[in-house]
Amino acid sequence: MTLRFRDDDPHEEPAVTLDCFLTQEDAHAVRVEAGEDVRQLIPHFDRLKLVEIAFPRFRDGRGYSAACILRESGYTGELRAEGDVLVDQILFLRRCGFDSFAPVQPLDARLVEHALKRFPFVYQAAADAAVPVWKLRHG
Amino acid sequence: MKILTGNDLPSGAVIWWAGDGWSRHVEDAVDVGEAGEATLTREEGARRVNSAYMIEAVATPEGPRPAHIKDRIRALGPTVRPDLTLKPADPDAGSWVI
Amino acid sequence: MYKYDLYDQAIIDARVDEFRDQVRRRIAGEITEDQFKPLRLKNGLYLQLHAYMLRVAIPYGTLSSRQLRMLARIARTYDRGYGHFTTRQNIQYHWIKLEQAPDILAELATVEMHAIQTSGESIRNISADHYAGAAADEIEDPRPWAELLRQATTFHPEFSYLPRKFKIAVTASPVDRAALRWHDFALRIVRDEARDTGFEVFAGGGMGRTPFLAYPIRAFLPAEQIFSYLQAVLRVWNRHARRDNIHKQRMKILVHELGEAEFTRQVEEEFGHVLKLGTDFPRVEYERISAHFAPPPFETGLSEDIDRSDPEFALWVDRQTVPHKAPGYAIVNVSLKKVGGIGGDVSAEQMDAVADVAEAFSFDELRVSHAQNLVLPHVRKQDLYMVWQALDAAGLADINLDLVTDIIACPGLDYCSLANARSIPVAQKIATRFADLDRQLDVGELKIKVSGCINACGHHHAGHIGILGVDRKGTENYQLLLGGSGAEDASPAKITGPGFDEDGIVDAVERAVERYRALRDPGERFLDTYRRVGFEPFKEAIYG
Repeated sequence: MTLRFRDDDPHEEPAVTLDCFLTQEDAHAVRVEAGEDVRQLIPHFDRLKLVEIAFPRFRDGRGYSAACILRESGYTGELRAEGDVLVDQILFLRRCGFDSFAPVQPLDARLVEHALKRFPFVYQAAADAAVPVWKLRHG
Repeated sequence: MKILTGNDLPSGAVIWWAGDGWSRHVEDAVDVGEAGEATLTREEGARRVNSAYMIEAVATPEGPRPAHIKDRIRALGPTVRPDLTLKPADPDAGSWVI
Repeated sequence: MYKYDLYDQAIIDARVDEFRDQVRRRIAGEITEDQFKPLRLKNGLYLQLHAYMLRVAIPYGTLSSRQLRMLARIARTYDRGYGHFTTRQNIQYHWIKLEQAPDILAELATVEMHAIQTSGESIRNISADHYAGAAADEIEDPRPWAELLRQATTFHPEFSYLPRKFKIAVTASPVDRAALRWHDFALRIVRDEARDTGFEVFAGGGMGRTPFLAYPIRAFLPAEQIFSYLQAVLRVWNRHARRDNIHKQRMKILVHELGEAEFTRQVEEEFGHVLKLGTDFPRVEYERISAHFAPPPFETGLSEDIDRSDPEFALWVDRQTVPHKAPGYAIVNVSLKKVGGIGGDVSAEQMDAVADVAEAFSFDELRVSHAQNLVLPHVRKQDLYMVWQALDAAGLADINLDLVTDIIACPGLDYCSLANARSIPVAQKIATRFADLDRQLDVGELKIKVSGCINACGHHHAGHIGILGVDRKGTENYQLLLGGSGAEDASPAKITGPGFDEDGIVDAVERAVERYRALRDPGERFLDTYRRVGFEPFKEAIYG
């Protein structure tokens, strides 16, 4: 079950590997394994609808940087975290720009809601809309 | 002999498998033989123990003595603070560890 | 000192709330230990030999009296009446119950303290010169930058699941009291020709099983760009670092494997990108933070005279106090290294006593040093005698700063589940062997550092004499190292040869010390003599 935080319709095309995506010019969805360099996708944003980033273990944090790089570079399509995705990581994943989640173990919707609302303030700007406290302090 | 040990989940206290439950005292530990792994899985699953594992021990008249010094220190307490061990009144308790 | 505003407080309070929920879910069986462990570690909670251990952050080693009294209260209420100050300027409690940990964090939050990121694969508590804001030799107080970085790195969404731990230190003096180059990321405040503040940046240091000194990767970084630069460093590491072998995941390994030139090139490339994102805190925010660290209202016209008629007191003054930047003031070092005691351990009563002294005589401020001692940073020289008497009454007037009995030691196998050998008994036996103060003063500065395993929490790589406890076929064994330093002349110590048992290592240390005494030139420290004559004369003394 995929948890989505987007208003557009899901893109149903199966995601292909990064190597395939770079050579198949009609592909619109890509799956990125931990450790792969997402900067290779930057020239292809115009045809990219879905990026699925693999989390083989929830402690493997490479996907957080991958997501940040994509969002900083202007990617606005769906960014999905797939794999060992747990409720206690979901806030940071959202802040890094993930807007859909395909966890191996289903997430409890009530806990997700709590986790996303728990912290009223954040210290740093990220890929989400949260305003860092230094900005709140100085108007 | 093989005995089981771990920590109580909510309190963190060192505990030993006594056959029908967990005890704070290594003297109560029982030889689990071949049944150790099954007991560990069951007890961890029921959250009656945390981070449990099986160790070698030597049977002595005073009870099981863990083969490794780390588990003997766990069984007694810190050798540098006799007052905080399970046997604060026994000034010679530390010699059991070494 | 920094004071929380409503934003800081709300974030800390939310964290307590979050952890309370996580603990509840763990005890109720909704999450496994495997899932819970990284969460508790991010709140400083380990499972150790006898119980859970809670490590409380003391950002850049600075404490108020009120905070120290709270630490005493935690020791009395939730632990067994004492705490242990660590080599990262933190305090840890060794007898904590998981079910009480959220209550402890809630109590700490009432005095603006927390245990966030004191463990786990995260950006750890940032350490700093323990004389910051008081030292006569500093360019400026480094703590505002440390506080800025504390906020910037707290719950950083991209860097909360790093390959391994990441340690930062900040200093502002040519004398290094924070073991800078033993850190993953180290900053030394410098000024350029225009007198603008910047950082000399070092990266890739660390102890553990493969010790590396951090490389200088930037001679001058404009200070206000520090967060961008740090993010660039973290991103290069986070992207590249392997996740298949926990012993190869520290940043030092990546820097070493890529080479410092290639690592620096990638960091600079990423820095060019991150800088454009505008995530650096603006000058006005730095100034807001900095205002909290304004010097206390030092009196002027104070006497420099100290009544030295009590010889014991005079000895203490000579050894335990160092020059302060304000005339008429001194920095007081409070030894936590009583001979035969446990280094870094302090009872709740002693914490209260030191808090009282700090409130009365040091503008309510205290520091923790990475050598596991306490510091009263701003004491009027005319008050030193009263301070000494009050410390003496609490059993805290020992004289041994940087001497042979001022030993750094990790908790070792008496407490720690990672340890292979006990550290504390070895430190106690060495200190007892050299207990005579005249002998200690004759030997002079000698930094002995003892670790109970290769993780090197006792900094053995940086010891003039280092001791590493290992497990040799089920028995404790101790290797001797010589020639390390954690100061501005940083160097990794070298293993001498086969290890010793507990009594053997004490004898070996004594033989090394006696060889130094026989070989030294006037004014030479142990380390100076070792560096001049080399390894062989010492090896011969140790092994015969």
